[in-house]
Amino acid sequence: MILFWLILIPFLGGMLCWHSERWGEQAPRWIALATMLFVLAVSVVLWAGGDFSAYGTGERPWLLEWRVPWIPRFGIEIHLALDGLSLILIALTGFLGALAVLCSWKEIVERVGFFHLNLLFVLGGVVGVFLALDLLLFFLFWEVMLVPMYFLIALWGHSGSPGQTRIRAATRFFIYTQASGLLMLVAILALVFVHYTSSGEITFSYDALLNADVPDNLSFWIMLGFFIAFAVKLPVVPFHGWLPDAHAQAPTAGSVDLAGILLKTAAYGMLRFAIPLFPEQSQAFAPVAMALGVVGIIYGAVLACGQQDIKRLIAYASISHMGFVLIAVYSGSELAIQGAIVLMVAHAFSSAALFILSGQLFERIHTRDMRRMGGLWGRIPVLPGVTLFFLAASLGMPATANFLGEFMVLFGTFRSAPVVVVIASAGLVLGAIYSLLMMQRVHFGREQQPGLLAGPDVREYGMMLALIGLTLAVGLNPQPLLDTTASMVRPVADLFMAGPVRAGGMN
Amino acid sequence: MLTLIDLVGLLPLLIVASTAVLVMLGVAWRRHHGGTAAVTVSGLALALASLPLASAAPSSPPLMIFDGLALMGSALVLVSGLFIAVMSHGYLAGYRGPREEFYLLLLCAVTGALGLVASNHLATLFISLELLSMPLYGMVAYSFRTERSLEAGIKYLILSAAATAFLLFGMALIYARTGHLELTALAAGVAGSPDPWILGGAALLLVGLGFKLSIIPFHQWTPDVYQGGLAPATTVVATVSKLAVFLVLLRLVLVAPVFGSGWLLGLISLLALLSMFGGNLLALFQPDLKRLLGYSSIAHMGYLLVAVIVGGPLALETTGVYLFTYIVATMGAFGVIMHVSGTGSGEDASGLHHYRGLFWHSPWLAALLTLSMLSLAGIPLTAGFFGKFYIIALGVEGSRWWLVGGIVIGSVIGLFYYLRVIVTLYLREPGMQQAVADAGRGRVEKLALLIVAVSILLLGIYPVPFIDWVAGLAWAARLL
Repeated sequence: MILFWLILIPFLGGMLCWHSERWGEQAPRWIALATMLFVLAVSVVLWAGGDFSAYGTGERPWLLEWRVPWIPRFGIEIHLALDGLSLILIALTGFLGALAVLCSWKEIVERVGFFHLNLLFVLGGVVGVFLALDLLLFFLFWEVMLVPMYFLIALWGHSGSPGQTRIRAATRFFIYTQASGLLMLVAILALVFVHYTSSGEITFSYDALLNADVPDNLSFWIMLGFFIAFAVKLPVVPFHGWLPDAHAQAPTAGSVDLAGILLKTAAYGMLRFAIPLFPEQSQAFAPVAMALGVVGIIYGAVLACGQQDIKRLIAYASISHMGFVLIAVYSGSELAIQGAIVLMVAHAFSSAALFILSGQLFERIHTRDMRRMGGLWGRIPVLPGVTLFFLAASLGMPATANFLGEFMVLFGTFRSAPVVVVIASAGLVLGAIYSLLMMQRVHFGREQQPGLLAGPDVREYGMMLALIGLTLAVGLNPQPLLDTTASMVRPVADLFMAGPVRAGGMN
Repeated sequence: MLTLIDLVGLLPLLIVASTAVLVMLGVAWRRHHGGTAAVTVSGLALALASLPLASAAPSSPPLMIFDGLALMGSALVLVSGLFIAVMSHGYLAGYRGPREEFYLLLLCAVTGALGLVASNHLATLFISLELLSMPLYGMVAYSFRTERSLEAGIKYLILSAAATAFLLFGMALIYARTGHLELTALAAGVAGSPDPWILGGAALLLVGLGFKLSIIPFHQWTPDVYQGGLAPATTVVATVSKLAVFLVLLRLVLVAPVFGSGWLLGLISLLALLSMFGGNLLALFQPDLKRLLGYSSIAHMGYLLVAVIVGGPLALETTGVYLFTYIVATMGAFGVIMHVSGTGSGEDASGLHHYRGLFWHSPWLAALLTLSMLSLAGIPLTAGFFGKFYIIALGVEGSRWWLVGGIVIGSVIGLFYYLRVIVTLYLREPGMQQAVADAGRGRVEKLALLIVAVSILLLGIYPVPFIDWVAGLAWAARLL
């Protein structure tokens, strides 16, 4: 039942935010903050009290589980379940959700209630995605988070851009993700009906469909349907068209959520659904997926080097980082998958921090164009140093969580696909180039204008210190995180090992 | 011969028909807008209330059939009729011409639709279809002093007459070969090898019905009629007329094996794909909300045709669910249009610019329109999602991958314009404030809109009772 409340509370909080607008401008902000902190607190309590070594075996597959029938006509249930990975990601959602509320404290000044309604609905949908086990329920939450995200971009998008482009970016985001979502729906339905014809039982249950007997020619297409849906969201390179625009036009909170959490739903979907449901097909497909990952790493990094807009730069850098995640997910190595999870968490922290920083910069100098910056190191106290820290994290400096994640991914993948690793490593070099380029162009160099700008206030300090602390904590002591997810990762990695085809057609 | 039991089965039809007579006499005696509306609404509500009684009676009047399909159709027709009658009252309040006749026409159209969904004989089919269409000409051209309305009415009249001619010709051809007009006998008559005459007749029937459904290429009237007609009249065209005609088409296809023949199904598939793509593409850059809804209805009828093509009991269930979700969403959208438009000028507020920033002065109307658009787009947590779910499930179950692909691509194109409408509602443009006629609208209309909004949400979140009801009716349909 507590799982159900985890999903419901953001939605209820969102409704409350909308109505609290009449109690004053600040009311929605405090309510939204309290809601997200509550989600965070619940997940931390669950984490502190959970025993992560015992579950994952036959008798107790989930840490927590809740199921009630929803639409018996089609065997659809409200089936929620929690394991280490979903717990980590939900905690991340709560944390970044709170940050998103905090970072829009001064940025969003109009339609505050409605803004927080949308923000909390996105987060509620994301929590639902991380918990849903019934395939239709999963699809439902997958789609539910799109509409409020669309509103966030379309209505509170950046005023710096000409009016029409933010709507175009929002529409493009929505159409990309909805189109791929529909493909996933077709794939889900195909899977369900194939299972129905072979077993006579119509069900959307994850457990039942795991053992579905799908004819070979069809199963590849179904797997592809799932893969494309997740690939669009991750994003994998040929499907990434929506991401830079969406990030560039979104308000800071929207970018934080997009980069920090929404992209992670895709990797989660691959680990939870695409690979376990179709292990053999995924394994056969792995070389292609890894190749796409490598292309993404290089492509994202090269394009990031050429950007003028800070947020676009960070967006392309995200594409590059997600390429590592994709490689790891399809590597079939436990170490690499663990690394992917660490990298997801690390990327959530660092990209959220960079987006928040660029939002703070925008509040001070009213531009995101790097050609109009320069020399800010001397003009703003503290913030440039913080930026340097997160850029260093983003380029994979040891002691940060990002380093650990990338290292584990490359190390774990090397055995099955050395060529991929060699090429991907080049991405690290490019990563250093674009990160330092950004630092150089924004904070060093000639001052464009004289005059001191305001330093961070308590709120901004708090957000940054929390993010720095977490990045270092995960980087220096990742063991608790690894222990939490180990029992979820091992079976996924084993699926590849057990298959007849060895992964790594790349070498 | 008609027996007493048969009369019980006919009760909804009789109630609506006698309400029409009552309204006519009332208008002749004394004009009173509120009273006429009240009589109409209570007549329709009474008919709706009598449905359980009628369906319980084992009646089998000649020429008609009261099976699950008919019951489902009657319920849908009455619900939409009721909504339109309620909304018309507020809409027509500012109309300067005679107002009471509108309800008379509405009741006649509903009577026709009730007969159509229950017809089991080509004669009843034809008469009911005409009884449904004739009042519609009048309703569409009701505000005949405005050019658009008159144009729309005449266009509808002429094209409709042409379609009727096709329909009659098709019936004649089939009758000439089989010697039967009753559907079951006719089905037995054509069961053998279908000869070209029968196939031709079936194709002509399809043309006639396809016109009413505005399936491409018989769709040319749709945008003009949607735009020009009075909003309540357009709502009748969009809901009552389409659903009744669709159900009768489904009955024909399921009963008569001739429609199962390869090339005819191929033809319907082609029309379905054309409608999905064409409707959505034509709606893309439409600046007029009513025209946009017209094009979107073309696309939705295209999706629905998948049910006709696949067939089987699941198809019946799909049709019921999809039609209802489609109708609820359409009622929501047109309800907002009716509420926002004042008829003082004779022109509806149908341009999208009228709705710019609607959210900031009437948030509830904007929320309803948003819900309707999301539902039409098939987004989860709204009614439309389950409609889409059913249609895609049906396509997948029947392995009609081309059609499934069409639905997916069509929905994606559709998103573009639904989103365009939605975002317009939330844009704040100072100086573009459009005065919205909000005063003087009664509580009943607001209640009706609220019910629509709640049912869109409820069907999206917990559709189980509704699905069970439709599934029960679909399995009880006597035509399989």
